Amino acid sequence: MSDFLEVLSTYDIAGAFWVNIRLAFFAGIFGLALGTVLALMRVSPVPSMRAIGSGYVTLFRNTPLTIIMVFCISVLWSVLGLRLSSDFTANFFWLAVLALTVYHAAFFCEAIRSGVNTVPVGQAEAARAIGLPFLAAARLVIFPQAFRGAIAPLGNTLIALIKNTTVAAAVSVPEVSILMKEMIENNGNYVVPIFMAIAVGFVVIVIPVGLVTTFLSQRLAVSR
Amino acid sequence: MSVEDVTPVADQATGDADERFPAPSREPLIVLQDVQKHFGELHVLRDIDLTVHKGEVVVVLGPSGSGKSTLCRAINRLEPIDSGTILLDGEPLPLEGKPLARLRADVGMVFQSFNLFAHKTILENVTLGPIKVKRMKPAEAKELAMQLLERVGVANQAHKLPAQLSGGQQQRVAIARALAMQPKAILFDEPTSALDPEMVNEVLDVMVSLAREGMTMIVVTHEMGFARKAADRVIFMADGQIVEQAEPDAFFTNPRSDRAKDFLGKILTH
Ligand SMILES: Nc1ncnc2c1ncn2[C@@H]1O[C@H](COP(=O)(O)OP(=O)(O)OP(=O)(O)O)[C@@H](O)[C@H]1O
Ligand SMILES: [Mg+2]
Repeated sequence: MSDFLEVLSTYDIAGAFWVNIRLAFFAGIFGLALGTVLALMRVSPVPSMRAIGSGYVTLFRNTPLTIIMVFCISVLWSVLGLRLSSDFTANFFWLAVLALTVYHAAFFCEAIRSGVNTVPVGQAEAARAIGLPFLAAARLVIFPQAFRGAIAPLGNTLIALIKNTTVAAAVSVPEVSILMKEMIENNGNYVVPIFMAIAVGFVVIVIPVGLVTTFLSQRLAVSR
Repeated sequence: MSVEDVTPVADQATGDADERFPAPSREPLIVLQDVQKHFGELHVLRDIDLTVHKGEVVVVLGPSGSGKSTLCRAINRLEPIDSGTILLDGEPLPLEGKPLARLRADVGMVFQSFNLFAHKTILENVTLGPIKVKRMKPAEAKELAMQLLERVGVANQAHKLPAQLSGGQQQRVAIARALAMQPKAILFDEPTSALDPEMVNEVLDVMVSLAREGMTMIVVTHEMGFARKAADRVIFMADGQIVEQAEPDAFFTNPRSDRAKDFLGKILTH
């Protein structure tokens, strides 16, 4: 046991998890922002906006994340020369954030849209009836209620995002699953304990997210 | 109407039918010409010609599905029409965008299910339009809102959420919210039919007081007491058409069409 702990302590596990947390943090913020814009498009009165919104969601929700991740590196970076940072490692980190963002935005969009569905149509009609144009009605009346009705599905999307940050391994971002692979290769006798340690690490990160979103979704529910 | 010359509702609730209502002017405010509307195959508004004058109170009656709600919703373009024209104060309804939003601010709407903004306080429900649409200063909007809430008798609930109020109170707030935009006319779509019976009168009293002050109103309702007391004209609709129009007393005592006779027979026996 103490041997195992010694093995663990020779690796910067916390540092690797910190990469995953940062990936999730940035992709979460950007993905939520993009998802909100997409949700707005999907409920907009303009047919072409709705078409773009639903086209985006269909495309990215049905494409495997690994493929988007590899696309970002091999097409955006290798072929088109897209650089999100002048630092080589940071560039890969931000390309991974980009992939996680565009992929999860589709899911954030759908989570928000399920929240929009909890808002009775009468709310939108009343907003239009006092003369609010679409965007103002969305910003002041519909979306504030929609977010409050979407906290649980948004939380689920965030949890999926946190776990999906490990896909950044596909483009060599030094996050925790790469470290795990390295640890297992060097310490073949501890495969199961190493695996367990990393899994527990994710559980420790993800459980509070679930608890907080459950709490908030009850706390902030709009009473009707 | 202006906000300064409001009379408290309590005084009017006791007012009797003899009290004088202002006679409507002959100046047209809402004009519908040859309006047609379909929902798929269903012809919900047929050949609608209707002129509502400034200060006039029109009650719309008719069986379920006859197109009463669609008529109201067409007038502030919550529902687009297929053909025909709708004029408000001489101007055709704008098709979309900012001009349409401005028009909607000029025509208030009160819904059967109140539709107060559930996440905002009563006060915020009333100030939202003035602040965001009319660009009124928040302090000014708040003062206006408090006057209106006072007048409909719910000022003491100003900081509660809609769900904490009774249906009758919510509907009175919805009327205050419409009034806060200082509209040229208000459309009411069955404003009392979602209410418990004991709350119907508190809402009707507010509406009667508005009528008395000369507000132009189109009211879909089966409350005959209100129609007799406040309406200048009753319109009877069936199958998307205006079948009959008359003064309330004439209509209720002596309907001309068979459809209207049949309809009145049904609602009177209940
Ligand atoms: N959005 C819609 N899509 C399709 N059909 C509709 C829609 N709204 C209303 N209708 C139909 O149009 C007809 C007229 O509806 P409308 O709501 O105007 O009737 P109404 O006179 O207000 O009836 P009620 O007394 O039941 O409120 C009905 O047959 C209704 O089913
Ligand atoms: Mg109706």
